[in-house]
Amino acid sequence: MAERLLDVRHLHTSFFTHLGEVKAIRDVSFHVDKSEIIGIVGESGSGKSVTSLSVMGLLAYPGKVTEGEILFKGEDLLKKKKREMRKIQGNQISMIFQDPMTSLNPLFTIGNQITEVLHTHKKMGKAEANERAVEMLRMVGIPSPEKRVRSYPHEFSGGMRQRAMIAMALSSEPDLLIADEPTTALDVTIQAQVLALMKELNERLGTATILITHNLGCASSICDRILVMYGGKIMEEGTTEEIFYEPRHPYTMGLLNSVPKVNGEQSKQRLVPILGTPPDMLHPPTGCPFYPRCKFAVKACASMDVPEFQLSGTHRVSCFMCHPDAPVKEEYEKQKGGIRHV
Amino acid sequence: MSEKTLLEIKDLKMYFENRKGLLGKKIEYVKAVDGVSFTIRQGETVGLVGESGCGKSTTGYSIMRLYRPTSGSIIYDGVDIAGMSAKEVWPYRKKMQMIFQDPYASLNPRMTVSDIIGEPLDIYHLCEGKERQERIYELLNTVGLGKEHASRYPHEFSGGQRQRVGIARALAVNPEFVVCDEPISALDVSIQAQVVNMLEDLQASLGLTYLFIAHDLSMVRHISRKVGVMYLGSLVELAETEELYEHTLHPYTKALISAVPELDPAISKTKKAQMLTGDVPSPIDTPKGCKFASRCPYATEKCMEERPVFKDAGGGHFVACHLI
Ligand SMILES: Nc1ncnc2c1ncn2[C@@H]1O[C@H](COP(=O)(O)OP(=O)(O)OP(=O)(O)O)[C@@H](O)[C@H]1O
Ligand SMILES: Nc1ncnc2c1ncn2[C@@H]1O[C@H](COP(=O)(O)OP(=O)(O)O)[C@@H](O)[C@H]1O
Ligand code: SF4
Ligand code: SF4
Ligand SMILES: [Mg+2]
Ligand SMILES: [Mg+2]
Repeated sequence: MAERLLDVRHLHTSFFTHLGEVKAIRDVSFHVDKSEIIGIVGESGSGKSVTSLSVMGLLAYPGKVTEGEILFKGEDLLKKKKREMRKIQGNQISMIFQDPMTSLNPLFTIGNQITEVLHTHKKMGKAEANERAVEMLRMVGIPSPEKRVRSYPHEFSGGMRQRAMIAMALSSEPDLLIADEPTTALDVTIQAQVLALMKELNERLGTATILITHNLGCASSICDRILVMYGGKIMEEGTTEEIFYEPRHPYTMGLLNSVPKVNGEQSKQRLVPILGTPPDMLHPPTGCPFYPRCKFAVKACASMDVPEFQLSGTHRVSCFMCHPDAPVKEEYEKQKGGIRHV
Repeated sequence: MSEKTLLEIKDLKMYFENRKGLLGKKIEYVKAVDGVSFTIRQGETVGLVGESGCGKSTTGYSIMRLYRPTSGSIIYDGVDIAGMSAKEVWPYRKKMQMIFQDPYASLNPRMTVSDIIGEPLDIYHLCEGKERQERIYELLNTVGLGKEHASRYPHEFSGGQRQRVGIARALAVNPEFVVCDEPISALDVSIQAQVVNMLEDLQASLGLTYLFIAHDLSMVRHISRKVGVMYLGSLVELAETEELYEHTLHPYTKALISAVPELDPAISKTKKAQMLTGDVPSPIDTPKGCKFASRCPYATEKCMEERPVFKDAGGGHFVACHLI
């Protein structure tokens, strides 16, 4: 049995704004095992970043976890003191952000910033830390790292900065790496490099990884399991194969349909969008958050809390269509093969 | 789609001056667009792809004559507009409109949707009063928004809705040709499909011609009849869509296509993207040989010395590479 690293249970996170309480995360549960890569995909505003900030303990005012547990190696991070959390952040759990400039300090060289992490978290001496910084830059594929440790962030290209940030995040040898849209700002050629690097490091060092992305292809290429979020809740969770070949949630199906097919003739087929717009989290809909946009909705969806259906040891879905008494809908049945449905 | 050529771009160059040195006496040139040629037929979509900074937007802006090109010609419906003065080019501006990448930044936050869409109507004195109001409602309807949206401000809309407002504004003057500069990059996957379908419907009903700039290769493949691949200010390959994707010739295009992550995990998990190493040269000091040589796995001595010519490799499939 795989070793459980992170176990998030019934997490609720809200922002207390002057307009009222924004319930950004509503009852989210998931886990990450040692050496696993999981993906979180979903619409902008669905709660991906808030989930990761909650885990990192980096939620800023007026955000607050209002309920739930975040067990990391069996201990609840929500019960930790600030000082204890600071030891875990950037040491056992590291995070990389969409915009590398938010975590790289423009006034210090790349080398300084990595050695700083090593001083604080690994109590390394200067010479050793310097050597290790060069090694880290080499590992993430920065050419002539001995010279480049002395560069400032602005002297790096976008892809190199992203690599430098990964080097920094990994220099403390964290058990868990949270990557929030690490490739969204990058070109496809650089994106492929960064993804390959994350996969390689996961295989070599066993770093468990949470990859947050809205690019389904990125999730497909490196994740073992995928969580699909919508309106602050998890709609579907499964192995990558279950999500792409056996989707059961209409939102997951909709996402897979929105993307153009890759091969010849099919690439010209008319796209099938998800109509409507995501919910306003200040006034989240009761019942299923996807209800206003769902083709398969029945009356119950609008008002009743949607139960979770466990379809296999790894596959769970929050949708009434998975209820044994759900009406059989031809269109839904057709979509059950996922990207293989055509 | 007709056989009529609407736009012919010939050896288009757009260099930006960059003054260096204490007194700004030393002048360098950023060669943002460095000799680009292609044609667009009426009613079709030509896609333009390439890494950020390769000159896609600058090409679009130059064709629209938002810039005055350094050299080359832009033949619009038989007339070269590249060297025209602002006054001469005015009637052409109305025929060409642009949809911008960032639906957040491209709309004035202090104007209502009605003002935003009405502005081009006023600039070109197209209609006023009640007729103007009717036209605004009609445009909102065309892009799938309602009358009730007219008096709202951009921040009250989602990204997809804002992009619709931007499209309505571009359509206000009944353009023939629209440059879509990464119109979906900032949108969610589920919303991208809505906007692309709408662009296709508008093309069918209004006979629009598009230059579609994007870095999402699968969406470009979906929407374009012909696709051009840019690298460091130049086209390296240009062909009809299927030809380009199925019989790729240029090493850079091959790398780009191999880097697109596939949806099917059985493919995406085993597919090895062809990694590009080496740095992209600066658009100021472009190399004298092939611009791609510093990253090309097949580069030879000749590639460093001699710039490959962009030429027809057969059947209208253009490519710039010594290997071909
Ligand atoms: N500081 C804040 N104040 C108020 N609401 C917030 C704040 N930060 C986030 N939210 C709200 O929390 C919800 C979830 O936001 P989150 O940033 O997690 O989305 P996301 O899934 O990461 O989206 P994206 O794909 O755009 O990054 C949204 O409704 C958002 O508006
Ligand atoms: N107004 C300008 N002045 C100077 N350089 C510019 C200007 N606009 C664009 N550039 C430069 O021209 C090149 C091409 O830019 P752009 O056309 O925006 O690329 P793309 O749209 O392909 O990302 C880049 O190197 C960019 O920095
Ligand atoms: S619960 Fe109902 S509304 Fe929600 S996704 Fe399922 S069918 Fe659609
Ligand atoms: S000309 Fe040479 S360097 Fe340029 S793409 Fe062809 S093989 Fe590569
Ligand atoms: Mg986010
Ligand atoms: Mg651009």
